[in-house]
Amino acid sequence: MNISINGKETILAENSARTVDSLLEELDVSQRLYVTVELNGEILDRPAYETAPVKEGDVIEFLYFMGGGC
Amino acid sequence: MLTESQIERYSRHIILKEVGGKGQQKLLDGKVLIIGAGGLGAPVALYLAAAGVGTIGIADADDVDLSNLQRQVIHFTADIGKPKVDSAREKIEAINPDVKVITYKEWVTAANIAGIIADYDFVIDGTDNFAAKFLINDACVLAGKPYSHGGILQFIGQTITVLPGLSPCYRCLFPQPPPKDAIPTCSQAGVIGVLPGVIGSIQATEAIKFLLGKGRLLAGRILMYDALEMRFRDVEIKRNANCPICGEHPYITELKDELDAMTVCDLKES
Repeated sequence: MNISINGKETILAENSARTVDSLLEELDVSQRLYVTVELNGEILDRPAYETAPVKEGDVIEFLYFMGGGC
Repeated sequence: MLTESQIERYSRHIILKEVGGKGQQKLLDGKVLIIGAGGLGAPVALYLAAAGVGTIGIADADDVDLSNLQRQVIHFTADIGKPKVDSAREKIEAINPDVKVITYKEWVTAANIAGIIADYDFVIDGTDNFAAKFLINDACVLAGKPYSHGGILQFIGQTITVLPGLSPCYRCLFPQPPPKDAIPTCSQAGVIGVLPGVIGSIQATEAIKFLLGKGRLLAGRILMYDALEMRFRDVEIKRNANCPICGEHPYITELKDELDAMTVCDLKES
């Protein structure tokens, strides 16, 4: 299955049960508990991570907290 | 009306068709508030001063520390121990006597921020902690004040311009601050000294474009910069209907301090 993650084409094993939440775990995404996920241009509410399916051709962006400025 | 000396000082601006004498006058009439006179605030203040932004406000309660000097280019070795706002004021006035500098030697809080931002056309978030970043967002959204968010860590930075009511705000992306100490700070994780120079210069560019009313602002897009990979990416962001402050049913209707998110970037002796 091909999806785009942060602008990079990514090949994942076929898995029809994959959700945004399980994808975060599968990829061991940093700031997993706090990362914002944009799925096909829409920012997901956190409760939706567990139910939103990841499908062929999806465009996913992980947006991270960055608190520095000093 | 520009003086002869101003026409010479700003000649490289005035020759630009997007600026011209009229645009330069807009910059001279412009008022920009910089919250945080640190890594991000330093290049913003220097470039806005050089550009002839007529009123520059700077808010920061901190004093200059030796560990600041690797990146906070507005502060010099001789300034160690001096209030950052005083150090910044001296450099701005030395660069450009056209600029009126207003200093606020205090941290922004829910109690004071609305009054501080009220007189400005545009606000720069150059702060180093989530409590301040969320407070600035909330105050600017509630006041309808355009602002530039910036965040940096290690080799990565990001920035977005918020036009309240028109473009997504910081809470559209991140509805709530992370728990205290969940995300590392610069003092814990480090920051390459040139990184705030890159992000801060972009924030200053946004302020100038806003005052000129020219070009396309970084609104509705977040720009991410990776210095190690030397890559810029921007990601389109839509307004979030469930945003707690600018969504369809906002539940944040007044300012409050995000005490749980309080962290200060610079390591303090306390």
